[in-house]
Formats: sequence, structure tokens, C-alpha cells
Amino acid sequence: MKKEKVSILEHELVPKHEIMGAEEIKELLDKYKIKREQLPKIKLSDPVIKEIKADVGDVVKIRRQSRTAGKALFYRLVIE
Amino acid sequence: MRTKRIKGIKFGLLSPKEIRKMSASKIITADTYGEDGFPIEMGLVNQRLGVIDPGLRCKTCGGRMGECPGHFGHIELAAPVIHIGYAKLIYRMLSATCRKCGRVLLEDAYFLFSVSDTELEHDLKREIISAKWHKEFGDKGFTLSTNASITKVKNDEWTITDKELFIIRKEAGKLNVYDAGEKGRFLNDIELGKGKQPGVGEAVKRMFKEAAKHTVCSHCGDHLFDFAADARLENSLNKGEDIISKELRRKFATEGHALSKNPSIKKETDNKWLITDKDKRYIVRKGNGKLTVDCGTPQRVIKFDKPSTYIEIDEKERKRRLMPSDVRERLEKIPDEDIALFGMDPKSARPEWMVLTVLPVPPVTARPSITLESGQRSEDDLTHKLVDIIRINHRFMDNRAAGAPQLIIEDLWELLQYHVSTYFDNEIVGIPPARHRSGRPLKTMTQRLKGKEGRFRGSLSGKRVNFSARTVISPAPDIDIDEVGVPEAIAKELTVNVNVTERNIDILKETVRRGNKHPGANYVRRADGKKVKITETNYKTLAEELDIGWKVERHLRDRDIVLFNRQPSLHRMSIMAHYVRVMPGKTFRLNPTVCPPYNADYDGDEMNLHVLQTEEARAEAKILMAVQHNIISPRFGRPIIGGIHDHVSSLFLLTYGEKKFDREETLEILKGIDIDDLREPAGTFRSEDRPYWTGKQIFSMILPAGLNLQFKGKVGGVTIRDGNLETGVIDEIAVGSFKGKIIDRIVRQYGEEAAKTFINDLARLATNYILRAGFSFGISDEDIPREGEQQIKEEAMRVAEHTVDELIRAYEAEELEALPGRTVEETLELRIMETLGRARDEAGSIAERYLGIENAGVLMAKSGARGSLLNLTQMAACVGQQSVRGERIKRGYRGRTLPHFKPADRSAKAHGFVKPSFKEGLSPTEYFFHAVGGREALVDTAVRTSQSGYFQRRLINALLDLEVKEDETVRETRDTIVQFKYGEDSVDPSACEYGKVVDIDEIIKDVMAGT
Repeated sequence: MKKEKVSILEHELVPKHEIMGAEEIKELLDKYKIKREQLPKIKLSDPVIKEIKADVGDVVKIRRQSRTAGKALFYRLVIE
Repeated sequence: MRTKRIKGIKFGLLSPKEIRKMSASKIITADTYGEDGFPIEMGLVNQRLGVIDPGLRCKTCGGRMGECPGHFGHIELAAPVIHIGYAKLIYRMLSATCRKCGRVLLEDAYFLFSVSDTELEHDLKREIISAKWHKEFGDKGFTLSTNASITKVKNDEWTITDKELFIIRKEAGKLNVYDAGEKGRFLNDIELGKGKQPGVGEAVKRMFKEAAKHTVCSHCGDHLFDFAADARLENSLNKGEDIISKELRRKFATEGHALSKNPSIKKETDNKWLITDKDKRYIVRKGNGKLTVDCGTPQRVIKFDKPSTYIEIDEKERKRRLMPSDVRERLEKIPDEDIALFGMDPKSARPEWMVLTVLPVPPVTARPSITLESGQRSEDDLTHKLVDIIRINHRFMDNRAAGAPQLIIEDLWELLQYHVSTYFDNEIVGIPPARHRSGRPLKTMTQRLKGKEGRFRGSLSGKRVNFSARTVISPAPDIDIDEVGVPEAIAKELTVNVNVTERNIDILKETVRRGNKHPGANYVRRADGKKVKITETNYKTLAEELDIGWKVERHLRDRDIVLFNRQPSLHRMSIMAHYVRVMPGKTFRLNPTVCPPYNADYDGDEMNLHVLQTEEARAEAKILMAVQHNIISPRFGRPIIGGIHDHVSSLFLLTYGEKKFDREETLEILKGIDIDDLREPAGTFRSEDRPYWTGKQIFSMILPAGLNLQFKGKVGGVTIRDGNLETGVIDEIAVGSFKGKIIDRIVRQYGEEAAKTFINDLARLATNYILRAGFSFGISDEDIPREGEQQIKEEAMRVAEHTVDELIRAYEAEELEALPGRTVEETLELRIMETLGRARDEAGSIAERYLGIENAGVLMAKSGARGSLLNLTQMAACVGQQSVRGERIKRGYRGRTLPHFKPADRSAKAHGFVKPSFKEGLSPTEYFFHAVGGREALVDTAVRTSQSGYFQRRLINALLDLEVKEDETVRETRDTIVQFKYGEDSVDPSACEYGKVVDIDEIIKDVMAGT
């Protein structure tokens, strides 16, 4: 019997990751008055990053359920 | 201030040349001082090395003591010795390099193919791997992947990094492509590792491991045979591994070195080839029209005999010791090009510098001697060690000059090695530590730097401070919570610097006039900066001379602000600002309500006090660190300061039921509390016309007017309306530290100042009342009437024992049904534990029935002041089951816990059930079981505290630079974002009620009350 491969993106514990567009990134960087390198990082080897096929230099938006705030937004720069 | 970013730090070794160059004096005599009492020339406490005596001048720089930083000297060692700190590295280098030629035992780059094409060259110069290059490589059988990258190393040399590492060199107009070989690959790894994790160290480690595996050198060898060079043979060599001409084979065979089926041939240069055939190696060189064949030098095994001896074992298993001079010779032979493989820079660290020929002598300022009271000089440990080194050095030289036998020379060499080794590190494993005459081990270089009291942790990261005091703490319920009682002796020692101005000159004159009597002063500093001590002889004149512009170092006085601290300083409440109250006695006094934030008690705890010296510091302390700012803990958002122990008992007692107090009693209970109005009495005593106030009313008097609060206390609901305690009893939940709902509400509604006053008042009120009421608890308070005891025995114990016996019987008869997921045996244990646990609880509740709330123990447990009902149960009714790892005690002998029981006895008493109470007393076996269980608890706490302490330290180290910025992001020092919103919701737990952002219920209650 061949096993169906389940996408990890569908797992309930994996928050939603989204690759951001250039426009959106600029807005984000302006909002916090930072350079790209000052964003939190995420490794290219991260399973979700591999799954959504993000590349080094991309910024991903992570929407996550938060115990304190309900919903929380995170942005991370993909690195090697 | 200008700030600069450190780009890097480079470490190197001192070369003998450098050591001599920086030396101010050669040291030749071990003697320190001459008969005239002056330092001897070229001695160890040479005046060229710096000055430590006041009045003298340095002979090198001319500076006086304090100006001259000191200068290094040097000792010429009679024979080289191993630097003990590098002993292991030396061993690695010896094993990794050829014993003969000194090259690292790794194969060089070898030739693959060559091309000549301007287009290809052009691509190289632009540092791109063009399709043409891909094709070129592919044609030669080396497919490049798309990930391959190219870098320029130097003019006419490039490297291509793919899975393999290629070097392309432009030589004689052609582009030659080489495989980087082992050496090239490791060099590349080391270069890549720079500034990264795991970094250079890891790559170098791998290199050493790989190089040490080679048993034959690929660079030099012993001559085997020659044959005339001929183009065909050469061609055969050049073709590389696959094709070996018969002719070449024959040549080798005739010389007695027949080659196997497929040896590998690598062309390293036009004139050098390396043939590897299984474990044999042949080096073929071209020159003088001949082809010379050498066999690679076989490498002898080197053993490292700790701490500093190297032994070489030859083919015949003979051992030979490598003397430091041999070691140095070998290290000298390692060519500069190979040094990079050790991760070192040959310009600043040559390996042979790890074998010392010259020893730097640190300046005397780094090893000052001290003059004892007897006038005798006592030298520093380092000086002692240097004296030893010089002595042995001399003996060595004398013996050698006299032509002493080798054996003696070797012994002296060993001794010199010992002294130099212990000079660096006196705690080397396998070497007895060098000792002082008194038997105390010497504190040498390593010991000065290492460990808690070493230079780093002891002198640089942390040092002793001025204007501080430390003593035992004890309670003072009559002082305010933001005060600290300071003994007069300490107040006279600690000073505050005050500038004399127009406005305070009169007061300060008086202060100076008092001199050493308490609110006096210790020193004055004149306008010209001269400091004068105030003594019994000069205080009068100084007071008169005192003028504007002077400074006075006056004693610590009442209301001065100081910082108070108790270690471990785990949270910000561990250091708070208090106001001084000078008191008689020798201890620091603090209000018991501030014990919880410091986690202090009075069983001998000591605390530190720091006097603030500048106006800015005092202002900061007052605004940021005052006790009232720390009532609410940022950890859990609730008050950490509040009533403890007797405060809770007292207020519970006061507000329990309807206690009546006449005017005098009321006033006495409210003594020391700022209240103007006693409010309307609750009524009058029936017999007389005397008004009375209830306990609840008295408590209400310290509540702020207009306070409305309702909550569930430990015994029923509590209602406070308009500052009046209407129903309920005050307990731990109302006023206790960590809980304190009333305190919490007052902070939020009336502010910190009001809360401070409230805590002050409640502590005073509680103390006053409990002094009046009296409160004690002793062994007889656990007495239970005879029928109670009977009841416990019959209702709880006998029933439980019967149940246990029944369970055991059922188990033995194999009638017991296993619980899901358990074995029958586990089931039995579980059910016995459960039964016995229930029995104890039952015994406890029976006991409780006989001990009413008027019992002090029950009162304390119920009000939350101290202790629990379990504690009472154990004292009055039954101690209960003792356990190890949550199970009944089963360790001991085979099949039984103690010889008092029969093997396989599963009864309650044989496995740690303690039937009687502490008061009744324990039998020997019961006592033993209790000790077994107690030991576990003790070990657990010991392990837990050390572990959690370390966890906390690591966490704090990681988080300590994070900051919540104005835009509510959390950032680290370089403004890199860590959290986009602090805590994901930007909520400060200490600013909201019970961790909620908004308490809707409370708001509704408030609004409804308002309408």
C-alpha cells in the first residue's frame, strides 16, 4: 500500500506562511523603519519554507494563533 | 562619545625575537635585593622592570610609581622547553607533518587537463562559469553542477567550488586545471570557516585527523632508482591513472617494485608525479635528463606522554624520546605555506614558538612584593616561581659547561621543564603542584586568570564596591515598608558627599562641628581639592573655616535614600530603594512585609546596602526603584508585598465574627496609624453607656474611603462597600503577599502611595492587635479528645487496614481485576495507595472536627497565614504513607523493606504507612520509613534549585539586551526585531488586573454601582 503524503501545511499546528510581495515588504520595512536584515530570520531548511518554495531573500508573513492576542502576525526573512 | 565596532581580534604567539625586543632587561640572577636593601641589577625585581616603591623612579621610562606601567624582562633558557599550554597542539602538529621534510602529510593539488582559449580566459577574468567552461569540464569527464561557483584567489589563479574543488592556473600561456587535492580542500574549508560556526577550529581538527592517518609522505622520500628520461615514459606518467604503459611497469618490476593492477598516478607539476599503489607511494621526479624514483618517507608513530613528553616509536618498536630541542627542529621545518592548514598565520604564530627558548618576565607591577609589619619583604608567587626557573637554568648551564653526564643533563632539563610548566599552570594533571614553603600550592599564571576569583570573573566582571555595607537583617514592625534600619556604626562609616552652598553652610558647619559623633562628618574637601580628615583636634577649626565651594563627606542620616539588596538578585525587586533610619544595634532592620520581594527571612540572612553618591542617582532611585513602585510584581501582575504570617492571623482574628472593642481598646489597636476620625461606633454595650467598635469596623478605618470590592475569600465572600468591610473575614487572599486583592485594588484605584500607606497601616494594625489578643501554638494544641482518637482509629484506620488486607487477599487469590493499562501488581499497589491516602484524609477531617477554628493551628491554616491542613493532620491524626518516586517504599532487602517484616509481606505497615500522628510518636520502623521519604524530598529540592538557577541564568543571558521600543516592538541591540508586538498583544501584565487587559466584569460592577 502506497502512503499518501500529507502536506505539512495542512497540519493544525503549522501556522499559515505566505511569501510577501515586494510592495508589501517595502511597506513593512517602512512601518518599522528597518532594513531587511533586521527582520527575524527563518532558515531555508525549515520544512514549511521548503514546502511553500520560498527562496533566500524572500520575506514570509506568518499568521499564527496566539494565546494572548488571539491572532498574531510575524514576518521572517528567509536565509541560508 | 565616539563608538567603534570591533571587526575582529587576532591572537598570535610571541616569537623569541619579539620577547627579546620588548625586554627592558635580561634577568640573570635569582637574587632580589642586595645587602644594601636595594634591588640587584639584572635581578628579578630589577628597577628597569618598573617601580613598586614610592619615591623611586623607573630606570626604563623614568616614571614614578603609578605612572610607570612596568616593563617586561626576559630569561634566556639554557635549553628549550615545551610551553605546557600548547603541548597537545604540538603533538597534533608533530603527528600531522612529515618527520623528515616537515611538510603536512596531505597530497598536493594534481593536474587534470589544460586548455588554451582566449574566450575561456575571458570568462575566468569576469569570474563566471560560462557554458563553454561547463562543456570543457564535461568533455574531460568532470561534470560541473549549476551550483558551481568561481572565485579569484590571486592573479592568474581561480578556484571553482562544486562538489569537488578545482584550481585553474594560467601557466605558460595555458590554462591548467588542477584538482585541489587534500591540502587544497582543507585550506578552502579553513578559509570558509572563518568567522562562522563551527568555524576554523572544526576544519583544523578534521585536517589533523586526516593528516595523521597518512603513514607515508607524499613530498619527500628515500632514493630507489633512476632511469633515463624518455618522452614515451613521461607521456605515460602524464596520462594519469588509467593507462600505465607496459614499459613503465617493466621498469618498476626490474627494480624489484612491481606495481599492482591499477595504481593511481597523479601529476603534480611538470616535473613531479605521485604514484600511489595500495599503501606504497612512489615519487617520480624529472631532472638532469633522468627520472628519479623515490619511495615516500615512512612515518614513525609518535606518542604523547602527558603532560609534555613525546616519544617516537620506530619500525622495530624501539622507543626514543623527542627532546624539546628535537621537537623545535621539526616544527621549524614546517614551511610557511603549510601553516595555514593549522588555522594559523605564519607571520604572527610560527609553531616552533610554542617551544620556549626565551621566557618573558612580567613587570614587577604585575607581581608586587609586600612589606610585612616586621619589615621583611614577602615576594609574589610568580616571583618565587621565576626564582626557581633561574636557579635551575643556572645549574643546567653550569653542569653542561662542566661536561656532566647525559643522565644528569636530562634530569636537569626535566626539572627546568617542570618549573616552566608550573609557572604557567600549577594545576596540571600528572604534575605535583609547586608549593610554597608553608605547603600552600603557588598561584601561578593560569590560577590568576581562572575561575570565580580569577581575573575575569573576580576582577573584571565583578569587583568590590565602595559606599556599601553588609550585615545580618532582623525585623522591625514599627518602621515603614520603604525604610531600612541602619546601625549607627554603619551610618558613621558610610558617607554622602555634599557641596557647601549658601543655603546649607550653617547646617554643614554644625555637622562638621559634631565631627565623629553621629550625624557628623568624616572628611571635608577644600575648594582646592585637598581632602582633610575630621579629627578630634581639628573639627572646631575646620567648622569655622568651612566655606562655599567646599565639600563635606557627612554621615548617613535619617531619610537618606539608599539601595538595599539581597542575593541572589533574581528579579528587579531584589534591589529596591529605601530611606535610612539610623538605629542602635548591629543589624539592618526591615519591615517584615518586604521580605517576600527579597525572599528574605531572619534566620541569619545578610543583606547589602549601597549609598547613592550623586543627585542623579538619588533621583533615579526615588523615581524608579522605591519600594512602592515594586508592590506589583511584573512577573504575575499582583502585589508581591503584603501581610505575612502573623499579619494575616491577626487580621483574620480581628475581623472574624463580631468582636467588640471599647474606645480605649480601639485607640490602642489603631496606635501609630494616622486616623483622624473613629467613625460612628457600631453600638453601645448594653449594661453601660459605653460605645463599641467591631473588629471589622477597625479594619475598615485603614481602608481608603470609597473603596468598593467584592471577592471570595478563603472562608466565604468578602464585601467592602464605600471603604467599609461589611461582610467576610480578612485573610491571605485579601491582604497577603502574592495574593492581596485589596492591595491590588488600592494600587490601581488610589495609586502606589495609598497602597504603601495601606500596607504600613495594616502591618501596624495587625501587630498591635495580635500583641493584645495573644497568639500561640504548641504541642498541646494538637490534643484531640479521647473519643476523637478512638474515632480515628476505628473509622479511618481499622477500615483502611481491613480494605488493604482484603485487597491483598484478593490479589493472592488471583481475584483482583487489573485496571486498564496496568498489571495486576500495579493495580494492587495503586489501590492500596489510594485506600491509605483516603484513610489519612479521613483521619484529618475527624481531627479537624475536634479542633475548631479557635484552634491556632486551624486558624493559621484556614486564614492562609502559615501551614496547611495536611500539616495539622500529620501532627494530630496520622502521618500517612511515605513514598519514594510516588510509590510505596519497596527498596531494602530481597522481598522486604526491613528485617522486621516477613518476606513478601504486602501489608501497609511493611511498606511505609505511618499510622500514628507526629504527636503520638513513630515506632522505629515508621521513623525509618519517614526518613527514607524525607531524604527523597531533600535530594529533590537540592537538585531542583541548582538546575533551575542555571536555567534562569541562561535565559537571562539570552534576553538581557532585549528592549521594548516605542512602537511596541521588541528589539535587540542592533535594532533587529525579535517580536513585532511585545508579548504578541503589547500588554504589560503588571498594568492590568489579574493578567487580563480589561476586566469587563469589574467595569460593569463599577458602572452599575455608580447609577
